[in-house]
Amino acid sequence: MRKNILIAGGAIAALLLARNIWVILTQLPDEKFQGAIFRIIFFHVPAAFTCFLCFLASLIAGLAYLKSKKLNYDAFGVSVVEVGLAFGAVNLLTGMIWARIIWGIWWTWDWRLTSMLICWLLYAGYLVLRRAIDEPTERARMSAVMSVLNFSVVPFVFFSIKWFRTQHPQPVLFGEGKMDSGYRAMLYGNWVPILIVAAILIAVRYVQEKQQREIDALRREAHMI
Amino acid sequence: MQFLRQTLTVTAKDLRSELRTKEAVNASLSFALVILILFSFAFDPTSETTREIAGGLLWLVFAFAGVLILNRSFARELANDCLETLVSSPVPGSALFVGKSLANYALLIAIEVVCLPVFGVFYNVTWWSRPWELAMVLALTTWGLTVVGTLFSALTVNLRLREVMLPMLVYPALIPCLMAAMQLTTTLVAGEPIAGDQWAWVRLLAGFDIIFTSLAVLLIDAVLIG
Amino acid sequence: MSALAIAGVWKFYGDFPALRDISFTVEPGACVALLGRNGAGKTTLLKILAGLSRPAKGRVTLFGQDASERSARASIGVLGHGIGIYDELSAIEILRLFVNLYGLHHPERKAMEWLERTGLERVKDGLVREFSRGMRQRLAVARAFLHSPRVLLLDEPFTALDDRAIAVLQTVLREALAEGRTVLMSTHQLREALELAMHVALINRGKLAFTGERTREMADDPGWIYRNYGEA
Repeated sequence: MRKNILIAGGAIAALLLARNIWVILTQLPDEKFQGAIFRIIFFHVPAAFTCFLCFLASLIAGLAYLKSKKLNYDAFGVSVVEVGLAFGAVNLLTGMIWARIIWGIWWTWDWRLTSMLICWLLYAGYLVLRRAIDEPTERARMSAVMSVLNFSVVPFVFFSIKWFRTQHPQPVLFGEGKMDSGYRAMLYGNWVPILIVAAILIAVRYVQEKQQREIDALRREAHMI
Repeated sequence: MQFLRQTLTVTAKDLRSELRTKEAVNASLSFALVILILFSFAFDPTSETTREIAGGLLWLVFAFAGVLILNRSFARELANDCLETLVSSPVPGSALFVGKSLANYALLIAIEVVCLPVFGVFYNVTWWSRPWELAMVLALTTWGLTVVGTLFSALTVNLRLREVMLPMLVYPALIPCLMAAMQLTTTLVAGEPIAGDQWAWVRLLAGFDIIFTSLAVLLIDAVLIG
Repeated sequence: MSALAIAGVWKFYGDFPALRDISFTVEPGACVALLGRNGAGKTTLLKILAGLSRPAKGRVTLFGQDASERSARASIGVLGHGIGIYDELSAIEILRLFVNLYGLHHPERKAMEWLERTGLERVKDGLVREFSRGMRQRLAVARAFLHSPRVLLLDEPFTALDDRAIAVLQTVLREALAEGRTVLMSTHQLREALELAMHVALINRGKLAFTGERTREMADDPGWIYRNYGEA
């Protein structure tokens, strides 16, 4: 039943993405200043939204675990962080590709990209922490504490880097001006299939984590005999 | 006032232990000195640009050297299961945490105070031109480093490769705090006062300190008790 | 009121149950030997009693107070695997430290009293790292007892002790029991433990396999209880 839902969701996401990509590539006109590469924004921005939505979910999962001590919250927590990191990487890579085409350099210390990089490192630390703890209950507890700390740092990272960057003149990565309504519709429109893909990945990882926990418990039981 | 007595007892114990062995302090000071020297090879210490990044360099040195002290904080309790003995006593986790943070704070400030003149000599910067404002920046930033570092020290105390894990986990979380300090210190070391919109950085430091101290006190029991 | 009331305690490591539905009570003044093979769950249970971890299900109370509350901590004295003293401090500094942490009065006097009781008054200013194993154990005993705890939790206290340290520990425990304190000790050294313990509890694979009074068979042949209630 669950598997069918995931497959159905995958199919819907695939259809939506295919349709969107077709529209992006054929229907929408080139943007005035940036040309064809502008279209990457339709993946760049939704990936960032998804990434931070996942990080917010990890905060909630962490708090829920600390309150209830139910390990399913921990399984959910690790799933959303991993998927969030993946979409964060998409955001960073698409940003780098854009910068290479437009400015000729792979990286600009633009405040948004820099903040994303730091948050990415923060949450990569979460995964490294988990790796270092063998016992599942202790791992869940420490991960939950770290996810609360990490999310609390995120707003500080954004503010401090934004202030830092606006004190020095920087090339503006994206025009702060309004987007055409056609573009905006696609921006939000593309977010839907991306969210569906994220949800499916989270669900698959969650089930895998629960099964891993079961296997670990059986292995412990076997060693006792 | 039981809380205060317990907190200060923990602080006194940590300071007494550290001053008797001087393990962490020696390592930290030597490391700071070595980095200062290494940086002098990477950047020309006499040029104008180096003076512009002086604030940044100084806080990099403090951050790297400081982690050695912070790592020791809970690690010193591992021998003979002393941490378990403390946690199973009536001392609340928050008193243990605040006590250790105060001890770490004292040690970090001491290292910074020793490094400043050395830095001034090697990099030809006058750090004493705005002493009160510099002291305020040192006080606020060091508390931010201490609080986050001590909490992560508690988090990583039982892990494999603890010495490597702590720096890796703590530095991204400290970036906002360090960034504010770097900005402010560069201004102050150049002899200028903290101007209008620069006070935003001071507010950021204060906000960081308040929020992370509160979070740490709330979360410490979850970290210490299984 | 029981000194210790353990009711329906479960503890999980992941999905694996390390303790399953443990329930028993310990009356004030009793001395209980907690037995069990390695990995049976003795240390896990003692950690819960000492407030170092929380049970997933069930409740532990000390003289009616929940064991996880800070105020209950003052009634227990813990002597674990690691003895809980600092190598770089001196004997008297450590005892003064714990007197302050436990909120007692007259730190100097209390510390000296316990140094004398454990025969360490001549080395009071010596650093612990220069002590022998037996001396450290005696200092640890002083640390565990100095706040006059009503309940004593000991995790394998006789391990690797020399004769003098064993004698000191047994004397201190007998005095404590005579004063009406309660003792729960986990141990492999059945002979020493069964000299003092009137009650026995056996944990096998996380479950409580036996709880009751020490019998003649147990005292004469310590392996008896494992053969009949545990796995051999």
